[in-house]
Order: sequence, then C-alpha cells, then structure tokens
Amino acid sequence: MFWRKRKTSDFGAEIEAHLRLETERLREHGLSEEDARAAARCAFGNVTQAQERFYESGRWLFWDRLWQDIRFALRLLRKSPGFTVVAIATLAIAIGANAVVFSALNAFLLRPVNVPQSESLYGLQFDGGRRGALSYPNYLDFRDHNRSFDGLAAYTMDRVGLDTGENPTRAWLYEVSGNYFDVLRMQPYLGRFFHASDEHGAGSAPYIVLSYAYWHGHFQEDPGVVGRAVKVNKRSYRIIGVAPPEFRGTFLLLSPDFFVPLVSFEDESALKRRGGWWIFETIGHLKAGVTRAQAVADLNSLGDDLQKTYPKENGRMNIWLDRAGLYGDTFGRPIRAFVAALMLLAGLVLLAACANLGSLFAARTADRSREVAVRLALGSSRLRILRQLFTEALLISLAGGAVGIPCGALLLRRLVAWNPFPQFPTNVPLNPDANVYAVAALLAFVSGILFGAVPVRQVLHTDPYEIVKSGSLTKLGRRITFREGLLAVQIAICALLITSSMVAVRGLARSLHSSFGFEPQGVILADTDLEMAGYSYSSDAVPAMQKRMIESVQTIPGVTEVGLANCPPLAHCGSSRTLVFTDETSDLRPSNAAATAITYQVSPEFFAAAQVPLLGGRAFTWHEDKSAPRLAVVNQTFARKVLASPTNAVGRYYKTRDGARIQVVGVVQDGKYTSLTEEPQAAMFLPILQSPSSESFLLVRSGSDPRQLGGEIRSRLRDLDAGLPVFIETWPKAMDFFLFGSLVATVALGVLGALGAILSVTGIFGMAAYSVSKRLRELGIRMALGAQGKQVLGAALGRALMLLAFGSTVGLLLGILASRVLASIVYQATPRDPVVLAGVVLAKGLLGLVATWIPAQRALSIDPAILLREE
Amino acid sequence: MSTQEDRERLELLQGTLDLLILRTLIFGPQHGQGIARAIQQTSDEELLVEHGALYPALQRLEERGWISAKWGTSTNNRKARFYSLTAAGRKQLGKETNKWKRLTAAIGRILESERG
Repeated sequence: MFWRKRKTSDFGAEIEAHLRLETERLREHGLSEEDARAAARCAFGNVTQAQERFYESGRWLFWDRLWQDIRFALRLLRKSPGFTVVAIATLAIAIGANAVVFSALNAFLLRPVNVPQSESLYGLQFDGGRRGALSYPNYLDFRDHNRSFDGLAAYTMDRVGLDTGENPTRAWLYEVSGNYFDVLRMQPYLGRFFHASDEHGAGSAPYIVLSYAYWHGHFQEDPGVVGRAVKVNKRSYRIIGVAPPEFRGTFLLLSPDFFVPLVSFEDESALKRRGGWWIFETIGHLKAGVTRAQAVADLNSLGDDLQKTYPKENGRMNIWLDRAGLYGDTFGRPIRAFVAALMLLAGLVLLAACANLGSLFAARTADRSREVAVRLALGSSRLRILRQLFTEALLISLAGGAVGIPCGALLLRRLVAWNPFPQFPTNVPLNPDANVYAVAALLAFVSGILFGAVPVRQVLHTDPYEIVKSGSLTKLGRRITFREGLLAVQIAICALLITSSMVAVRGLARSLHSSFGFEPQGVILADTDLEMAGYSYSSDAVPAMQKRMIESVQTIPGVTEVGLANCPPLAHCGSSRTLVFTDETSDLRPSNAAATAITYQVSPEFFAAAQVPLLGGRAFTWHEDKSAPRLAVVNQTFARKVLASPTNAVGRYYKTRDGARIQVVGVVQDGKYTSLTEEPQAAMFLPILQSPSSESFLLVRSGSDPRQLGGEIRSRLRDLDAGLPVFIETWPKAMDFFLFGSLVATVALGVLGALGAILSVTGIFGMAAYSVSKRLRELGIRMALGAQGKQVLGAALGRALMLLAFGSTVGLLLGILASRVLASIVYQATPRDPVVLAGVVLAKGLLGLVATWIPAQRALSIDPAILLREE
Repeated sequence: MSTQEDRERLELLQGTLDLLILRTLIFGPQHGQGIARAIQQTSDEELLVEHGALYPALQRLEERGWISAKWGTSTNNRKARFYSLTAAGRKQLGKETNKWKRLTAAIGRILESERG
C-alpha cells in the first residue's frame, strides 16, 4: 500500500472523465456542447487546486520536496563554487582530523588489546617503582593460588638473534608462560600453540610461535614453515605455529616477531631466583562474577603471604589492576592524556569550523534576503525555507564528511604502515573500524545541523513587506558581537599555532646542524651483540673477537676510521650510568657520590671514529688491558664535577662504588648523550679491554655510499662469524629516534597551524563577505557621493582587518610565551628569532589578503547606479 | 463564480463529504460524477457538492482503505474510475452515521429548547 502511489496523470484522466460525463449529462438536458462544457467546468471548480490537493496528499511528498530542495541547493552551490569548495574543504579537514584522532582514542582507550573478551583482561601492577615486574617463583605463586582469574599468564620481551638457515637477523620475541595463549583464549592461525603441559623445567619446550606479520614478511606465508628447525641465540628451536593476524602481542608499544615459552629461554637460576624481577607483566581474564575490587583484595592478601614467607626477597606488595595493553600508568597515563587532549583539540577545530561556516551561511542568507522575502510573500512557509537552508547545510557537511573520512582513513593506513624505528616493531591498531566511520559520519551530520542553524533567526525574523519595499534592512548591531569575539579568539589561537610551529621548525632545522660533541655525519653503525652468537659476555673471547671485527672492517676500501662502543651516544641502545666518587671519599655510600656518570665502554679508536674532540691528555691503546692499571677518558662536566678542575684533570684519580681507583688519561668535549635537549651530563669512557661488553656497535667512518658499505661490512662480519646478526644503519638515521619527539611536535604543530590558518581564512572571509553584503547599499551611496576605492574598502573591511590585527598580535605574544614550553621538547627552539617574527607577520598578512580578496573585489565592483536603481 | 442559484443551496459542513460518499457507495460501485449526482439528487438538490473537492476526498478515502477503485466503463460507454466500499469502509460508515445522528440529535435538542 505504501509503495503503490497513484500517478498524477491517472488522477488527471479521472478528472477528464468526470468532465466528459458531466458535459454529456448536461447535453442531454438540452445545453449546447459549448455551454455544457463550460457548465461542467464551472461546477467542478478549480481543477489546479484539486490536482494540488491530490499532490499534497501523496505519501512521497516529503521525498519529492527533499529532492526539490537538493536540486535547488546543488544549483545554488554550483553558482558559488568558491564558497562551496572552501566550505567542503574546511569540513573535510575538520572531520578528517576528528576521524584520525578518534581512531587513536579508539585504539588506545576503547579496544586496547585485540583478544577475545578484552574487556575482562587485566594486568597486575605493583607499587614501588616496580610497575608490572615479578620474579618467576612469585608469578607461579600468584598463578596457582589466586581465586580471581581464569589463569594468569606472564610475558617479557627480549631482542635476540634468529637464524633460520639464511642470514641471522635480529628479532623481538615475547618470552611467555606456557599457558599464555590459553589464558588469552586464542586459536592458532596455523599449526599449534604451546601449552602449560609442554613445560618441564628450564630448557624444555623449545617451540616457536611466529607472529602473522613475521611469517608474512620473512616466510612469504609459507605453510611448510611449521616444523622447521631454527636457532635463537644459537639455541635450537622448532616452529610449531603461527598466531592469527589480528593478534600483535599484549603490549601495544612493542609487537613481537615470535613467541617462545620462557622456560625454554631462561636458565635454571633465573627461573629459581625469587628476587629477580625480570617478568615484564602478568595478565589474565577475571573470572565471571568477580569484580575488580574483589580481585585486588584477593591478590593483595596473596602478596602479604608472599612477603611474610620470603621477607628477604619480597618487599611490601601493594597490588592493583589495570587494563592490559598499555602497562598501567607508566605508558597508559601519558598516552591517554595525550589522546584526550588531541580529541579536545580536534573537537575545538570542528566547532570553530562550524562557527565559521555558520557565519558564511549567515552572509549567504543575508544576500538572499530578497529571495526569501519574495518566497514568503508568495505564500511559502518559513519552515519550507528553513528546510531548504538545512538541506544546503547538510549537503555541504555530508560532502565534507565524504571527502574527509576517506582522507582520514588513508592517513591512518599510512600511519599504521609507517614504522619510524625499524628496530622497534610498534603495535598500535590505528586502522579505522566501523566505530570510527560511524562517529565521523555522525560528526558530519551534527556539524551540518549546527552551522545550518545559524541563519534560522534571520529567516524567522524576515519581514517580507519591509524587505520587498525597501531592500535588505541594515540594522546596526552591538559594538562587538559574540561572533566577532569568537573570530578574534580563533585568529589568536591560529597565530599562536603558527608561531609555535615556526619556532619548532626553526629549532629542528638548527638542531640538525648543531654540535653534539661528536660528528654523526659519515658514520655507519653496525650493531651486534656477541651474546647472540653464543659468546659469554665476560669471556676473554669477546674483546679478541671485537678487535678482529675492527681490523677486518678497517681494511674495506674507503673506510677511514673504525671504532667500537657498547652503545654510542644518541643511538638505539640503553646507556648505563655509574656512581662515581672523588678520590678522597672513603665512605662510598650513594649519597656521597660526586656524580652519576654515563658510562661508555669503547675501543681506543672510538674517539677518532666518532670525532670526539680531545681537549687534553690522550686516548687509550690496545696495550692497556686487564693487567694494566684502570684508566678512563672523561668529559668536561665530569672533570668539573668530580675532579673539580676542568683544565688539569689528566693524571688524577676517582673511585667507583666497588672501590676501584681509576686514573683519568684524557678529557674530551661535552656532548649530547641521551637526548638533544639534555643539560650537560658527566660521562666517562672506559676501555673495552678493562671493562668488556658483548654489546658491540662498530662505528665506521667513510666517504662511501652507506648502502654499499653496509653490505660490505655485513659480509666481512659474516666471514668472521656466520651466526652473528648485524643491524646496520647510519648514525644520523639512528638519531632520528631522538629527534622524533621534536619531529612529532613540529608536524603536529604544523598541521594544527595549517588547520588554524584555514579556519581563520574562512572566518575572516565569512565576516568580511557578510559585512560587505549587508552594507552594499550604504557602500553604493558612499560611492555615488564620491568615495574613493580606499575609503570604501576601509568602511567595508576595516572591522575584519582590525580583528585580524588584534587577534594576531595577541596570538603572537602567547606564542612567544608558549615557546618556553616548546623548548623542552624541541632542541634550540627560541622565539627570539627575527625569521620567526617576520614569518608570522607575513603569514597573517597573507591570510588576511586571501580571506578579504573576494569581498574586497565585490565591494570595489559596486556600481552605485545599478545598485540604487535595483533597491 | 457563485451564482444566484448556488447561494440558495446548502454548503456542506466540514467533514460531512466523506460520510456522504461512503453512504452513496452502499448501493454499489459508482464513479465520481455519479457520486456527485447521487448526493445532489438524493438531497433533493439541497446540497451543493463542488465536484473539484470530491476527487481529493475520494483519494483520501482510498488511501485510508475505506474504498477501492478501478477503471471501468460507464452506462453510456465512457471510461470512468469506479469506487466501491470495502469492509473497512462499511464499518467506518456505521461509526460515522452513528456519530452524525448523535450530533444532529444533540444540536436539534438545543435548538428545540431555545425555542421552548
């Protein structure tokens, strides 16, 4: 019934039939054909009205009118392509930004770990700086004696050498408890998982489960890989299965390449030591019906028992639970705060976009006041006119969404694929899902309603009589309207963002060319760990092997210097710190320490290879081994803090915690060691012969092409030991990691600055266009009375330009203040920089020019004769 | 447009046209012009039915499912759209008739009492 709609033509035919029947009846009464037809028509009344009433009774009327409105709106939008493009682009950007940020929110806050029933998955967190860490025996007690969890699984992460028969590579693994996959309720994608029943003490269950990504990337999804034997740090393992694609581990910031049972990887003593807190996190699903508070109470009573039973190893454990995936507050809190702040900002951007489009719409409606008045005078209802306006607004907002959402999705896909640090496989499921699309579509719809609602009052208050009689009414508004205030704030924020992004960009550019205390350009880092090739870290074989490595690489043509360090400054590795004491200190308590020095274990050639300027004394030689007295090279800050003499520190002694006296043989320039923004830190360089380390970064300085040289280094090292995995990258590339914070801040500020710029352009444009169209008649009269172009522009755009100047000045001042905060993230960020100041002023000037160009053209092209005749 | 003759006839009260259409159709299917004629004749030419108003009303009744329509041929061999009462329409007619009778009786009593 609903679908069967009678056609208008059928209704018309019926009326025709009626008129014919009536005419014939009247003819029978003796009227002439002509009179009869006239009488029949007369008796029928208004045919058009009947047809109209029929049309209005139609069920499709709503859709019909909607279609009319849409066609009309499309015609109008096509007529002003500038407005349409600006409006759609503004919304597309705002909605796209919201989609991207919401998807981050979705990934971090709404669906942290991609496992079945992730809402009941919790991780144990402990007080006292220990976070999630547990010792293996303590884990076993928690696993076996708690009454709140459907099993507790433990995991920890490690970086290993994986030898699959070809080149040994470095890979990340999760060492997990045997019940890990069962606790997470996972099913294998291929092969099988290992289970708790596979564990039979240290060294048992030498099984590997590959992650899907690693299987895809390194084995080309070869199903025959199951059952293959591989070597992990030279120990034999067998691949038994592949994890499903959506599972990327239980710690969002690091997705593993594969999983092994921790009993297979750790030795007996590690599994027995109650005081060794090496398990990263313990996770599990709460039992059905058990609340979080009950579980916490249960765990704490267990913790108290453990403390009483093993008082020597276990301190007081205050345990709480946190959603698994972000490792409690350690990463959770800053990430959540960051994402929430971003969401707030994105929301504000969307609101500002709506406000601007609202004023653009108001300007358009003011332009159309005559049309609206005529339609009202002809009997159109105000509701119908409002409906048309909303149709237009919604069309724009939906178009904005249609452009913005795919752009956002594309950006997200790029972000997911982008792995800024190939050494650390991060695992952030940013891919947009149905939630993201739904929210973005909803935002598009709501923003359409929002900015469509701005001109409602204008239409409702239109008095057709007055407007048709005298043209559009110019009511002088309050001195500063709310809308203008909003615009000024927006311009100020935009100027702030532009200032900050320029400060950040300049700082970043400068920090790339600043002095680090060494010269990273032209150096390739070859990162290996001899432990991965089965060398014991304290054996004498390690320095011997290191010396062979240096000598072998040294003979590559084009290589000028080769040095070795356990971990060079500003590279991907953990630098260690040591407490140092003055030679006079006899009580070596931590509180008596003169400094905490960053400690590097380096080969004699390190200083030349890294080009660390030697200010006094000398470097080491290969003759100063364990039998020689301990010696060190220190930096200026160390010399000042510990030896109280930056100039003649050479030859003096200091002590370490174990009481060893170490003689300083050289002093080098201060450098950047762990971050670009750090204050000068004390550092000491120890010879690898006296304090050996299996971690070995070769620093290879040469003028040749890094890629070619990288291959050559790799093959030389393979000749020395085929089982040694090597990771090669240039030093500047490795330093990107330390520039990452400033890079992200710069990019984010740049994007926000661009958004702010676009928004203030549309805002100023809207306001200027509105004021020109509202005052067309006044401007026409001024011109008729002989006003010059400049004066007309002053009258038409003065206010908009004043707002721009005011807002920009405030924003610039705020930006200069904010740069102090920025300086802690971006190295060498300073607003006291003529380029920045000039840049901001220039940018705002350009924005103002762009935004007021079209309204200014319109104001100048006013022909008073035509205008005054028309009105 | 109104003529002297028209003014003497009674204008239909709001809402009564539907009732009259349903009542007319109780004698069998009829087309629009026939319904108009029948109302006029049965009321001894007292009631004025504007033919133009009839068709939207028919359309409305059809949409409510009280009458159904199909094209057919009139007695003098003309094509016409014939309307007939549905079961729902018959029920509606009973309801409306009852309502109308109560309304006229009530109004009649008030008018009587005024006179008395």
